Amino acid sequence: MSVGHFDALAAVLLIPLGAAALLAILPGYWLAARLNVAATFLSFVAALSLLFRAHGAPSDYLLVDDLNVVFIALNTFVGFTTSVFSASYVAHELEIGRLTPTYLRFYHAMYQVLMFAMNVALVANNIGLMWVAIEIATLTTVMMVGIYRTHEALEAAWKYFILGSVGIALALFGTILVYVAAQPVIGEGLRSMVWTELVSRAAAFDPALLNVAFVFLLLGYGTKVGLAPLHAWLPDAHAEGPTPISAVLSGLLLNVALYAVLRFKMLMTADAAALAPGPLMVTMGLVSLVFAAFMLYRRRDIKRMFAYSSIEHMGIIVFAFGMGGPLANFAGLLHMTMHSLTKSGIFFAVGHIAQVKGTQRIADIGGLTETHPWLGWGLVLGVVAIAGLPPLGIFMSEFLVVSSTFARSPLLAIALVFGLLVAFGALLLRLNSIAFGEPRGGSAPVTASYAPLFAHLALVFAAGIYLPPQLVTWFQHVSRVLG
Amino acid sequence: MDRFFFDIADLLAGSLVLVSFMLLYQDRLYALLNVYALHAVVLALSVGWQAFIQHAPHLYVTAAIALGFKAILIPVALRRIVERLGIHREVETVGGTGPTMLAGMALVALSMVVMLRVTGGATPIAREDLAFALAVVLLGLLIMVTRRNAVSQVVGFMSLENGLVLAATGAKGMPLVVEISVAFSILIAFIVIGIFLFRIRERFDTVDVQALDQFRGERR
Repeated sequence: MSVGHFDALAAVLLIPLGAAALLAILPGYWLAARLNVAATFLSFVAALSLLFRAHGAPSDYLLVDDLNVVFIALNTFVGFTTSVFSASYVAHELEIGRLTPTYLRFYHAMYQVLMFAMNVALVANNIGLMWVAIEIATLTTVMMVGIYRTHEALEAAWKYFILGSVGIALALFGTILVYVAAQPVIGEGLRSMVWTELVSRAAAFDPALLNVAFVFLLLGYGTKVGLAPLHAWLPDAHAEGPTPISAVLSGLLLNVALYAVLRFKMLMTADAAALAPGPLMVTMGLVSLVFAAFMLYRRRDIKRMFAYSSIEHMGIIVFAFGMGGPLANFAGLLHMTMHSLTKSGIFFAVGHIAQVKGTQRIADIGGLTETHPWLGWGLVLGVVAIAGLPPLGIFMSEFLVVSSTFARSPLLAIALVFGLLVAFGALLLRLNSIAFGEPRGGSAPVTASYAPLFAHLALVFAAGIYLPPQLVTWFQHVSRVLG
Repeated sequence: MDRFFFDIADLLAGSLVLVSFMLLYQDRLYALLNVYALHAVVLALSVGWQAFIQHAPHLYVTAAIALGFKAILIPVALRRIVERLGIHREVETVGGTGPTMLAGMALVALSMVVMLRVTGGATPIAREDLAFALAVVLLGLLIMVTRRNAVSQVVGFMSLENGLVLAATGAKGMPLVVEISVAFSILIAFIVIGIFLFRIRERFDTVDVQALDQFRGERR
């Protein structure tokens, strides 16, 4: 317990908040984009220092433990790289007039508010605070998705808003039910909403009430994770918003919602008499995986296709956490990390591709490796990684999920492998027409920053070949905590 | 005396469910907004009564927000939006009124069965409050599903939030943080919606969500 620890925690929250206020008043693209990068970089440094310090005692509102530092570090890292990508992306959007300077100012401020809200949700020790933070994150992304103000963008934002609100409302009802279950045991007031307190005394809670609460929470936060059948907002929101937001949605916001589900899963596990949360999660995960895998075949929009791929991978991750046990949890954590890195990397490439080709239609994009070798091969690497080919990181995590499932219930594993193969086929089929063959679409030179894209791919590649033992022990420890 | 207090609380919470049913069959936009105002008034009374019997003065704040903001300010503002944008005054519904009402009854029965069964351990007042609250939430969802007009979907969403406030006040001693956040989220939600309505107007001359659906991203 040191003062420094608290400072790092405060920095993770206050830097984005201060930057948001500053960016809201600062005019001019050049300065704002650089300030955005600097703020996210500082948050990342603060998050790293959280990782290497002993965790302080949790307060009634905030908590840092072994589980959430992983999420915070990942969140701030992808937030940082995305802001670097965003700087070159929005410059182009400004040039062609899709964004006006006023909207750009709004965009940068909202980006930081989103980072703030996600960080609060991750460090919240109070289930009410966590709910508020996820609600704010939802609202900011709704506004960002609608920022282009085209027909499609408005429809996507409206759909996202309605479905997101319903999800968040169900989650609040579940949160209230958890409080009602806790109140006879812990007593009235704030303590009954503190997560650490809840978990330590969950064994005495009324199991029936907790069961109903979990169903509401899983459906509510599951909407935000993008689990079928509540996923309808996700492809539209990804396809119509600015690409940096697609990267942040897929890479980070889905994880934050997943984190909320995991916290409540731990609460359920702590009460032995309550329903086992595993089978529910396994079912929803598997349905999402198989459904999204088939949906991948009929996509004509490149961003929409990768949005369905996100549903597929969130399905795999929820499946792995639903199976539970040290090995499956380890695989789930690893897969989550790899998916965040790879998918946001792919969106970095896709953003520039859509800009140079002037379209998101897959049919109008072709021969990319010839016209734009760097972008083309970057996309090829990313898709190869996301499809789960060795030796990249996702292959390893998928392999772990499959093998741990085979050991315990072979029938489930067959369904899982089936879904993976179907998705694999769809992705490679589309990749073939996008990256190779006859060049189609514009061939103007790009002014892209490749650093974020290749940094992500390098990390995924490195993780596929060699995982540092420190990281392995860390993840193993967290997997045991998850139960 | 206690029994009497509970009966009043039940009466008010039950009335909220009843008003939710009234929202379900309105086919005029202005009438819908008026009934929504009534919904918010009943909520305010219910929350005020809870504040009184629970000796929880902070709940009066929630009641005041429900009365001032939701019962007066929002309906007036929405009415002005409808006037200014010249939106169709009729509410288009999916499916007839009859089936919708039947579905509503089924949802209320469902919430009673679920909530009364699982809340055996909670205090009686929290039990019945939660059952009614779940019914209001589900009816709000039903309104959102069966309406095509953006304004009436918003009304459905706000009635759903009213159900959440009812649930939060019924849970005795729940920290104020949450109530404020609920009220605040409605405020934010409303601003967002307002912005969207105006943006949609710029492009379409209509706030009919079905018109938006023609612009599906896949069909470009």
